[in-house]
Amino acid sequence: MSGGDGEVAFFDNVGLRYGTGKEILTDISFSLWPGSFYFLTGASGAGKTSLLKLLYLAQRPSRGIIRMFGSDVITLPRSRLPGFRRRLGVVFQDFRLVDHLSAFDNVALPLRIAGVDESELVQPVSDMLEWVGLAHRAEARPETLSGGEKQRVAIARAVIGRPDMLLADEPTGNVDPDMALKLMRLFESLNRLGTTVIVATHDVHLLQNVRSSMIMRLDKGRLADPTGALRYPPRSPAAGKTPR
Amino acid sequence: MSQPPLSDAARAGHSPFAGEKARALIPQARLAGPMPWVLAIMVALTVLAAGAGLSLGNLAGDARSELSGGVTVQILDADPRSRAEQAQAAQAVLQGMDMVAQSRIVPQEELDRLIEPWLGNAGDAETVPVPALIDVRLGGKATPQAIEALADALAGTAPDARIDAQSSWLQPVFSALRSLQYLALALVLLLAVTSAAAVFLAARSALGNNRATIEIVHLLGGTDGQIAQLFQRAVLVDSILGGAAGLVLGLAAVLALGYQFAALDSGMIASAGLDWIDWIVIALIPVFGVLLAVATARFTVLAAVRKML
Repeated sequence: MSGGDGEVAFFDNVGLRYGTGKEILTDISFSLWPGSFYFLTGASGAGKTSLLKLLYLAQRPSRGIIRMFGSDVITLPRSRLPGFRRRLGVVFQDFRLVDHLSAFDNVALPLRIAGVDESELVQPVSDMLEWVGLAHRAEARPETLSGGEKQRVAIARAVIGRPDMLLADEPTGNVDPDMALKLMRLFESLNRLGTTVIVATHDVHLLQNVRSSMIMRLDKGRLADPTGALRYPPRSPAAGKTPR
Repeated sequence: MSQPPLSDAARAGHSPFAGEKARALIPQARLAGPMPWVLAIMVALTVLAAGAGLSLGNLAGDARSELSGGVTVQILDADPRSRAEQAQAAQAVLQGMDMVAQSRIVPQEELDRLIEPWLGNAGDAETVPVPALIDVRLGGKATPQAIEALADALAGTAPDARIDAQSSWLQPVFSALRSLQYLALALVLLLAVTSAAAVFLAARSALGNNRATIEIVHLLGGTDGQIAQLFQRAVLVDSILGGAAGLVLGLAAVLALGYQFAALDSGMIASAGLDWIDWIVIALIPVFGVLLAVATARFTVLAAVRKML
């Protein structure tokens, strides 16, 4: 593994345990490259969500090295982490929408946090809601949205800030197969624009829907690399891109 | 599916996360919640305690400056004639001294009035020997050296004279006033600590109620300062409302008590009023209350948020 600045994320011998319990993740080593599409698979309880937590900087590892966008995020001061989080888009398994805000305000939240002026965010947020097919539900509160609609609001919120890396935890878990396919197309569209996409799923059918995707398989906290793509990434135009 | 309409706006953002939209993230109870009312009570009590402390300080200060140069010469002679002669002689000596600004023999009628509450008006100079008194005002303070100089000067003409600084008689009163002032100061500090504790608990409670929202803001790249500001703004508005209400309540109580004491028509109480500087100090109490509340909220939220990665 290189651990150089070309990767979006670089993990070396990473382990994670909660408290004094046994390791949830053991000896995790991989590199994620700009503009690539990864599926993170594994049975329930294999550690997919824990690995995503490390990637979206909600958790520090118990050991090992993690570099994100060329910086060692373990030794980085806390005050610099928000800057890294703003380069990530996260679709949480449970959506994590703010219940008392409208769909519009939920999607606008990352832009407001990033300091975008109100006059500058109305159009992008409206366009994004239009794109996920929820323009007519812009003023709806999450409690009035269906599971699929919430999922699309969560995705719109994750991508509105044009993230360098999109992390989606079981994004199709709450939607029907047709909607699942649409969401995958959406992620592919993002990926074509240069965003590195990591989709955690235990739905093996999804894996066939995205060509040129790479597979990371977790089994009892250990990472398998069935395609070898993590160690020897295919040379592709996307793989050569430099993360912003 | 068409290409997503991605925006680069987030990368060029430079506006603070503020205004109506930021406020909407943390729903506020405002006057329906306990915070403004708790702060109003705290500020009102602080105004009352500070008002009492400041007026006691004025009272003690005025009394001390009035008595600082006061000396009483008592002629302790049982023989009324000799007592009167010594008093006259002592008065003559005192009036000739540079250090004495003013002196007068206290008339017998005034003495009778002074002792009437204890002895009634049945006694007279023959049956109850009352010392002759000379009220002396010195040019400077009645220091032990000044008292000694007076004693030396009167030793020859009035051997039965006893000389006391008037301030020494009121020393226990001054001590009591000082204790009351310290008590008022302690009350003000205690109320400040209690107010901070109330804000701390309110902020903790608000943090608990809005934990999910805070986590989302945190994970979307919100800084500790941004999250703290969400709560600061809420506490700022609550504390301004509470501080203003508390000031009005406290001032009403101070003024009502002032009128009550003024009605006593006592010389000592009359000097216990508040100067303009005191009113400014009292008016600043809610300002300090607001600053204390906002600072407490900020540090409470920052301490809690820092536990997140």
